[in-house]
Amino acid sequence: MATRGFTGRRPTDGIVERLPPGQYLTEDFPVLSAGPTPRVDLATWRFTVKDGVRPVASWSFDEFNQLPRTKLTRDIHCVTKWSKFNTAWSGVTIDDILAEAGIAAPSPFTLAHAYDGYSTNVPTDDLTNGKAMIATHFEGQPIPPNHGGPARLLVPHLYFWKSAKWVNGLQFTNRDEAGFWELRGYHMRGDPWQEQRFTGD
Amino acid sequence: MPNVPPFVAPQPDRLLWQPATITAITRATPRVKIFTFRPADWPGFTAGQHVDLRLTAPDGYQAERSYSIASAPDATGTFDLAIDLIDDGEVSPFFHEVAEIGDTIEIRGPIGGHFVWRAEDGGPVLLIAGGSGLVPLMAMLRHRAEAAPDIPAALILSARTEDELIWRDELLQRDRDEPHFHLFATVTRETPRTPGIRHGRIDAALIEAALASLPAPPRTSFICGATPFVGAAADLALSAGLPFASIKAERYGG
Ligand SMILES: Cc1cc2nc3c(=O)[nH]c(=O)nc-3n(C[C@H](O)[C@H](O)[C@H](O)COP(=O)(O)OP(=O)(O)OC[C@H]3O[C@@H](n4cnc5c(N)ncnc54)[C@H](O)[C@@H]3O)c2cc1C
Repeated sequence: MATRGFTGRRPTDGIVERLPPGQYLTEDFPVLSAGPTPRVDLATWRFTVKDGVRPVASWSFDEFNQLPRTKLTRDIHCVTKWSKFNTAWSGVTIDDILAEAGIAAPSPFTLAHAYDGYSTNVPTDDLTNGKAMIATHFEGQPIPPNHGGPARLLVPHLYFWKSAKWVNGLQFTNRDEAGFWELRGYHMRGDPWQEQRFTGD
Repeated sequence: MPNVPPFVAPQPDRLLWQPATITAITRATPRVKIFTFRPADWPGFTAGQHVDLRLTAPDGYQAERSYSIASAPDATGTFDLAIDLIDDGEVSPFFHEVAEIGDTIEIRGPIGGHFVWRAEDGGPVLLIAGGSGLVPLMAMLRHRAEAAPDIPAALILSARTEDELIWRDELLQRDRDEPHFHLFATVTRETPRTPGIRHGRIDAALIEAALASLPAPPRTSFICGATPFVGAAADLALSAGLPFASIKAERYGG
């Protein structure tokens, strides 16, 4: 159904192919979160991997920074409709985190937990094989607190709410358990190319 | 660690796009117009929720944006949106320059299960808005006035000029008429002419004044507006001692 009188501001060639449906390109880096920016203390920061309720590995911030580092430059897509191209991150891939923990991914679903009390669920396959990392740097600098520093999950091929800010752990689960936004109507997987914004999309 | 807030607005199995007719348009400020929409099938909503709008060009190109609902939940089968004109924007200029009464726009919603308030959630409530961030808070205030006027509420509202305060007269009226509601409006780019409206940015003193108007610390605080505004206001709220988990934020971009 065409909207009377709407022509739109068309993205140019080279951009349009990289924009998932319903998204527009921004040069800024908008912020999305459900509350204030938590004050996270590096001296007490920990990142913990759990298999169900059982902790299998845990790192302090200094220890975490000794893990093998990887760079990832990707387009990102926020469910509030903006996309940003060529964002450059570095951190530790989930593959390396699992290797350092000495385990293979134990179950098909993962919950990421964060310092602000929120969580998001991601299929484990979307985290492994180089697809995702725990990022500590954005464009060469420590990630600023409002963008999720000191560390955030980065799953760039899914809507950006899956890239939990202020992350402090990954928990492998046998069932696909809805996280904070997913309980509130957002999609369990969140693939922007399939426009999986909300439950049922 | 904060607990996940208890109330989650009911979520549909599936959010479908549907046509909605524009049944009224009014100018609220030099930059804001209010649009009344009548969707084909409207399940109602919770104050604080938004809808997504989708505009389609003749060749199939589409643009989508989110807009909060300004009206109180009611049985009219309609809802109001207040759209702020962003000069170089794609969608808001369409609404300001092209959209007319009788036009059909695709919508889906209501959306959002976190930034919501119902009378049952109780209070006191502290509301902090910058510019069009007032919209979802207005729905909460209107709902409160109808459903639970005894719940104490304070609104801190910032705009550039007095003329840009959306629903200025309604808010001043509510401040006079509603014993448990207090307005703390401030304008940043001019000296206000109306007694009671302040001058300057929201600061710690204004937060303190609003908190002092409430008989108890707020159970929930809602902060909404452009992203930098929300970041600054949320930090002020934390510094004022409000618990992290009691503060809910909605960021509009910008
Ligand atoms: C949940 C939610 C609810 C919202 N509710 C409302 C509402 O009730 N009323 C309302 O007017 N808007 C609301 N917005 C913002 C709205 O969705 C659009 O972003 C806004 O109308 C701009 O769209 P546009 O197409 O005109 O501009 P765009 O073409 O998207 O942007 C043009 C330029 O303006 C900047 N910009 C975008 N948004 C803003 C902003 N809010 N302030 C300053 N600069 C901006 C962009 O960064 C860009 O540089 C809401 C956003 C969200 C996420």
